[in-house]
Amino acid sequence: MAAFIVRRLIQSVFVMFFVALVAFSLFRYVGDPINQMVGVETSLKERDALRERLGLNDPMPEQFWRFISSAAVGDFGISYQHKRPVSEMIALRLPATLELSLISAILSLAIGVPMGVYTGLHRDGLLSKVFMTVSLVGISLPTFLIGILMIYLFAVKMTILPSFGRGEVIQLGWWSTGLLTTSGLKALIMPSITLGLFQLTLIMRLVRSEMLEVLRTDYIKFARARGLSNRAVHFGHALKNTMVPVITITGLQLGSIIAFAIITETVFQWPGMGKLFILAIENVDIPIMAAYLLMIALFFVIINLVVDLLYYAVDPRLRIESGTAHGHG
Amino acid sequence: MAMAEQTTPKPVQAPKGGAAAGGAMARFFDGDVWHSFKNSPITVVAAVVTVTIFLAALFAPIVSPHDPYDLMLLDVMDSFMPPVWEADGDPRFLIGTDDQGRDMLSTIIYGSRASLFIGFASVLLSIVLGVGLGLVSGFRGGMVDAFIMRVAEIQLSFPTILIALLINGVLRGVFPVEQQADVAYAVLILSIGVSGWVQYARTVRGSTMVERSKEYVQAAHVIGIHPTLIALRHILPNVMGPVLVIATIHLAVAVISEATLSFLGVGVPPTEPSLGTLIRIGNDFLFSGEWWIAIFPGAALAILVLAVNLLGDWLRDALNPKLR
Repeated sequence: MAAFIVRRLIQSVFVMFFVALVAFSLFRYVGDPINQMVGVETSLKERDALRERLGLNDPMPEQFWRFISSAAVGDFGISYQHKRPVSEMIALRLPATLELSLISAILSLAIGVPMGVYTGLHRDGLLSKVFMTVSLVGISLPTFLIGILMIYLFAVKMTILPSFGRGEVIQLGWWSTGLLTTSGLKALIMPSITLGLFQLTLIMRLVRSEMLEVLRTDYIKFARARGLSNRAVHFGHALKNTMVPVITITGLQLGSIIAFAIITETVFQWPGMGKLFILAIENVDIPIMAAYLLMIALFFVIINLVVDLLYYAVDPRLRIESGTAHGHG
Repeated sequence: MAMAEQTTPKPVQAPKGGAAAGGAMARFFDGDVWHSFKNSPITVVAAVVTVTIFLAALFAPIVSPHDPYDLMLLDVMDSFMPPVWEADGDPRFLIGTDDQGRDMLSTIIYGSRASLFIGFASVLLSIVLGVGLGLVSGFRGGMVDAFIMRVAEIQLSFPTILIALLINGVLRGVFPVEQQADVAYAVLILSIGVSGWVQYARTVRGSTMVERSKEYVQAAHVIGIHPTLIALRHILPNVMGPVLVIATIHLAVAVISEATLSFLGVGVPPTEPSLGTLIRIGNDFLFSGEWWIAIFPGAALAILVLAVNLLGDWLRDALNPKLR
């Protein structure tokens, strides 16, 4: 187990190094950072002085090291467009994105797993067929289209839900939350459904196919032969064993949710990091792009690690295997 | 380990070399792929829809009732016309007009042309990149293989749309602002194409490693054929089966990616809109009641993607000998 963790850690460091290199090259080579920082009327001499002061003439490895070490303490430089520290701008928008993503993930799990169990148990039921068809449509419809349709239905036609923004937010220290006000919660409904729908269908289909597979196994037949109730067999025996892939996919999807929040945030004008990133791409605001890239990469790496560790917690077979392997080695 | 990684089952391929074209056709209509096609009504519908949209897009100048790009023909008086069945509808414009007086049906046809062109070009780029790298990776092995596969793993751990957005942002930084409208297509194709190569590479690598150890490859080595030629002429044709399936489903993904990027405002410019750009434009008018400007392009996109997805699903099952 220890060897496994160490190997995964090394791999994670490698990924982060690679991403940092990409982010650094973006920062350094796409356009001239000096041109972005100064006005047109700045003289060549002043430009050179600034270049020297910012250390852009230093050897590349040194610059790269400086980039990494300042990024590690959260300093991502100054936004070209807004002339404000990038870290400050991100900290301002991080709560919006994380709240939206978390609610979507919880939503897709809380609805997806029961739907998957139901369609797995009642394979040919009418409701199952409806679920499956709807999920196929849900997978084929692009996220932004679902968002637009929902806005048209619930904001334009029925005018029961707000179509943009977070509603009222309450400041808890540096964290701004929309979960404590009615308008904040109402504003969350459509974006979180839009964002979570794809994950929901994915989880539902996954749980369904896993349930179908597990229900065919011998130990389920044995459990039935022992006369256990349906409830005990389905939820105590079967569902438990479908959880390994569900945890993996959900964990990995958590990263995707944050990335897909870019689209949802644009549709609903949600003041989060994704919106910031899109504007940065439109305006080639490299420091914001680099910072976003590094943060998302870190997030993905951490999620991947946690998912791998969760395997051990959930699946005792892995513990036994690694234990014997350890004993032999 | 190599064998374990080859998750996509490789279809058993009938020997095709030397057969006359007519014979191949006859065998196709006789074969079980055609049989399973005929017996799946949904697939037939999906195929008809797909072909119709493809043809309409291909012959857009002939098929579409108006030319939405000809500024001379546009009349501001025609703007915001609702579909004909609504009260103020105009029989000239079946499903209404947009903010500039362009006929919606024509813009949608031209829009699917743009979307499909970018989709196909991106898929092609992904295939060239992915199959090429997968072939090299599986055939050479060693350090080259390890490197390519590590890069693939890293890329795979991020969502494709994020990678595409990133490449898009970088390319925008490379080109000066005034050129960006001209290179929009190339930028999109590059960003979607480069973000999609991994699946091809992993599949082709797996099959290549299987093929590499087979006797016909060894025989080719023995008679002194150059390794590059062996990879291209002998192994490549035998690993292309699953690529077709991936490509079909990838086309749907590529069209969605294009629409998403265009919707986000980093794709095709509004002067020659794709489906995504049309939806973006329409989104601005949703609140003032002009629903058709967003909803019809959206429906066209959804139908196209659903049809291609259904075709891809069927193809995957039809070519999979395990499911027969």
